[in-house]
Amino acid sequence: MKITIDNISIDVEPGTTILQAARQIGGEVTPPAMCYYSSLENSGGKCRTCLVEVSKGSEKDPRPMPKLVASCRTAVMDGMEVRSMTSERVLDARKGVTEFLLINHPLDCPICDQAGECDLQDLSYEHGDSGSRYGFVKRTFEKEDLGPYIQLNMNRCIMCFRCVYVAEQLTNPREHGILDRGWDAQISTYINKALENEFIGNVIDVCPVGALTDKTFRFKNRVWFTKPLDAHRDCPTCAGKVRLWMRGDDVFRVTGRKDKWGEIEDWVCNECRFHKKKTSDWVIEGPTKVDRHSVISQGHYVGLKKPNDPLEILIGKAPKHTIDIHKVSDVNKPDIDLSLIAGPAHSDDFNRSNTAPQPKEINLQESKVKKNDP
Amino acid sequence: MSVKLLLEHDGKEGIRNYETWALNGGYRAVEKALKMAPEEVVEEVKKSGLRGRGGAGFPTGMKWSFLAKPEGVPRHLVCNADESEPGTFKDRYLMEFLPHLFIEGMIISSYALGSNTSYIYIRGEYAWIPDILEQAIAEAKAHGWLGKNIMGTGFDCEIYVHRGAGAYICGEETALIESLEGKRGNPRIKPPFPAVQGVWMRPTVVNNVESIAAVVPIINLGGEAYSKIGVGRSTGTKLISACGNINKPGVYEIDMTISVEEFIYSDEYCGGIAKGKQLKACIPGGSSVPILPANLLLKTAKGEQRMMNYESLSDGGFQTGSMMGSGGFIVLDEDQCVVRHTLSLAHFYMHESCGQCSPCREGTGWMYRILKNLEYGKGKMADIDLLWDVQRRIEGNTICPLGDAAAWPVAAAIRHFRDEFEWHVLNPDESQHRNFGLAHYADDLVTA
Ligand SMILES: Cc1cc2nc3c(=O)[nH]c(=O)nc-3n(C[C@H](O)[C@H](O)[C@H](O)COP(=O)(O)O)c2cc1C
Ligand code: SF4
Ligand code: SF4
Ligand code: FES
Repeated sequence: MKITIDNISIDVEPGTTILQAARQIGGEVTPPAMCYYSSLENSGGKCRTCLVEVSKGSEKDPRPMPKLVASCRTAVMDGMEVRSMTSERVLDARKGVTEFLLINHPLDCPICDQAGECDLQDLSYEHGDSGSRYGFVKRTFEKEDLGPYIQLNMNRCIMCFRCVYVAEQLTNPREHGILDRGWDAQISTYINKALENEFIGNVIDVCPVGALTDKTFRFKNRVWFTKPLDAHRDCPTCAGKVRLWMRGDDVFRVTGRKDKWGEIEDWVCNECRFHKKKTSDWVIEGPTKVDRHSVISQGHYVGLKKPNDPLEILIGKAPKHTIDIHKVSDVNKPDIDLSLIAGPAHSDDFNRSNTAPQPKEINLQESKVKKNDP
Repeated sequence: MSVKLLLEHDGKEGIRNYETWALNGGYRAVEKALKMAPEEVVEEVKKSGLRGRGGAGFPTGMKWSFLAKPEGVPRHLVCNADESEPGTFKDRYLMEFLPHLFIEGMIISSYALGSNTSYIYIRGEYAWIPDILEQAIAEAKAHGWLGKNIMGTGFDCEIYVHRGAGAYICGEETALIESLEGKRGNPRIKPPFPAVQGVWMRPTVVNNVESIAAVVPIINLGGEAYSKIGVGRSTGTKLISACGNINKPGVYEIDMTISVEEFIYSDEYCGGIAKGKQLKACIPGGSSVPILPANLLLKTAKGEQRMMNYESLSDGGFQTGSMMGSGGFIVLDEDQCVVRHTLSLAHFYMHESCGQCSPCREGTGWMYRILKNLEYGKGKMADIDLLWDVQRRIEGNTICPLGDAAAWPVAAAIRHFRDEFEWHVLNPDESQHRNFGLAHYADDLVTA
C-alpha cells in the first residue's frame, strides 16, 4: 500500500498505522507519540500528540477526513495522503495538546529522575511555548507508596495508560489502574499496596515522564552523567538483555534497551532490574549510542533559540538567565560521544575539555548539529 | 392539531399494566412484526426515515443495515437509557409512564436485528425505573412476547436491565458498552465501530430509548406513512423535554412542522415565558448544543421562521444556528446570566470527562477555572480570548464527542454573548449583585 506523508511516499504492509509508516520514513515527519507503545495492545489514541491531517483518504475514496486523526490508531489506506509537519492545523493542535499536558505538570525537571530522557521534555522543546497561559493553582495528588521498587509521582503523570496496559498484559493479576474520573483521574492501587509482580518494573521504562521512576536509582545521579552500556545475563525469568547505566565502575541503574522511538525491546524482570547492580552480574556487550532527541542525546539542542530578556537586550547586555548546558555537562557537547569513550565512564571523562582526544567516527547527525552550532 | 404517536395513551389510568396496555392496542405491533421477515422490519424502519433520537440524528434504518452478521456470532441490541444530558428527560418519561411501549419497541428491534439477548443500560440515578421496566418485561414474558420460541416463530429473546453507576460518559455508546461489560466506562477508540465489534466484541446496535419506542408506530402505521409525518428529513414525531423559565415545563410530542415560536408561546406547549418576562436565549437540543440568543432562535439568519426540526434548527451552522440534539429545550429569560450558565455547564463537563484524552481532561477543567474567574469578577479581557482558544483546541481533537460537547456551549456563549462577558470584566463588582439582563439580541425584531 502506498502512503504519502508530507510529500514523501512509502510502500507499507496493509494494517500498518500512519504512525508506523511515518516511523519507517523517519525524521521530522514522524509525529510525537506519548501514549502509543507498539508492544502494548490497545495502547495509543489517548494523548492526541500524534494527530495528523488526512488530506486524501485513499485512492478509492479521495475525500479528506474532516477531523485530525490519531496517527497511532489509524490504519493506512492505499493512496492515502497525510500531512504532519506541513500542516498548520496539525502544528496548532500539537501545540494545544502540549499546552494541555503542561498546565498541571509541576515542571520540576531539576529534581526529576526522568529529566534528560523525558518524552514530555522533548515534546515541550519541539511544540511548546516558552511561557504558560495557565494562571491557576496546579492540580496535586496525595502521595501513594507503591513499595520498595517503584516511585509514583502522580503530579507528573500524563495519563497515557501505558503502565496500566503493562500491568494488564504482563502481570497477573493487575494490581494498579486508573481511579476516579476526568480532571481527578489518577494512577493508583486503591488501597495502598506494594506493586511486586516480577515484571512490574517495566512500568518504569514505559512511563514517558517521571511519574514512575526507579526507587533504587532515585536521586543517585542525573541520567546524562551516566554512561549506557548494553549487557546481558542468563536469567531464568526474562531475556536478560538490558542496558546498564554506569558511572565509573558502578552500575547505577538497569533498564530495558530502548530503541530510537523510546520503546524497550525486551521486557526486563525485577530481579535483573533492581537486584543485579554489580558489573560482575553482567556480560557487557559494549557502549550504546543513545539516539534519542532529548537532552541526553548529545548536542540535540545546540541550535535552540534561547529566550531573551527584553530589558537586557535594551541595555545592550547579553542575556544571562539561561544556563549553557555545555558549561554544566560535557556529555552534551556535540564533539564528545559518550558511547565512544573506551571503557566505563569516569568522572574524569566529564571533566575533560574540548581538546581531549576526539572520537574517531562522527556520524551524520552530529556533523549536521555542528554546522548549526553558533 | 398535533399528531400523537408515542404519547397517544399517556395519562390513561393503569396504562403501565399489561392488561390496560393490551386493551389500548398494545402488542399489536409486535404481533405484526413477528409475521414479517426481520429484513422486512429493517426495511420499514429505513422507509420511515427515522433518525436516531439520542443526539446525533443518524438514520436508524441505515444503522441497522450496517450491523455485521458473521456466521455463528451472536448479535446484540443495546438500548441507551443513560439519559444524563442536562435538560433532557424525555426517555425517563417514556420508560416511567409508558413502559410497555418501550418494551414492545425492544422486542421488535431485537427481532429485526436478530438479537437474542438485548440490554437496557439505564442511568443509575433513575433508581426507581428499572423496577417498572422489569415488571413490564415480566408481564410481556408471561404473555409469551419474550422468552423461548416467541409466538411460535422460533425466535428467542431475553431483555435485561442494567443499571449504570451515574456517569454521563456512559451514555457515549462505546463507553456504555465497556461499562456494560463490567469495565471502567471509557469510550473506545473507533474504529472498530459497535456494528462490527460491540459488546464482548460481538456486532452490536446501540439505540436511544425514543428511537426504539418509535419503531412501534412505524410498524403500526407502516414506514411509508410514518415518513409522511413531519417535514423533509425530519420525519415522524419527536419528544421535546422543555424546561427553564417557561410556564409549562414538561415533555411534549411534536410533529416537526411547528415553529420554535409556536412551541415556546403556544398554550399547547410551553405556554410562554414564566412571570411575563422576556425570552433571552435558549438551548434547543440539550446542554451540548450551541445556545442561541432570542433573535436567532426565532428566526434564522436569513430571516426565515425557525422551525422545530433537524434542518431548521441547524440552519446557519454553528455561526447562527444550533442543533436538534437530544431534544432538551432549555429556556433562559431576561434575568438569567449567560456567564453563570456557561460556568455551570463547564463544571458539568469537567466533572463528567472520563479523563482519557488530554484535551478534554485538561481543557474542561481549564475552561471551568477561567469561567469561574469571569463570573466572580476576577476575569480579564484576555481571558475571553484565552477561553476561546482553549475550546477551539479541544473541539475535534478528542476521542469521543464529549470534548466537542464541552467546547460548543462555551464557543456559542462567547460568539453570541461576548458583550455580556465583557460587561463582567468591566464591572467586576456590579456583576456580583446584578445580572446583565436583556440585551439588544433579545429583541426578536432586530436580526443581527
Ligand atoms: C458524552 C455523550 C453522552 C451521550 N449520552 C447519551 C444518552 O444519554 N442517551 C442516548 O441515547 N445517547 C447518548 N449519546 C449518543 C450515543 O453515543 C449514541 O449516539 C446514541 O445512543 C445512538 O442512538 P440513536 O442512534 O438511537 O440516537 C451520548 C453521546 C456522548 C458523546
Ligand atoms: S504513570 Fe506514567 S505510564 Fe502510567 S499513565 Fe501516568 S504517565 Fe503513563
Ligand atoms: S473526549 Fe473526554 S470523555 Fe471522551 S474519551 Fe476523551 S477524555 Fe474521555
Ligand atoms: S500516541 Fe497517538 S494519541 Fe497518543
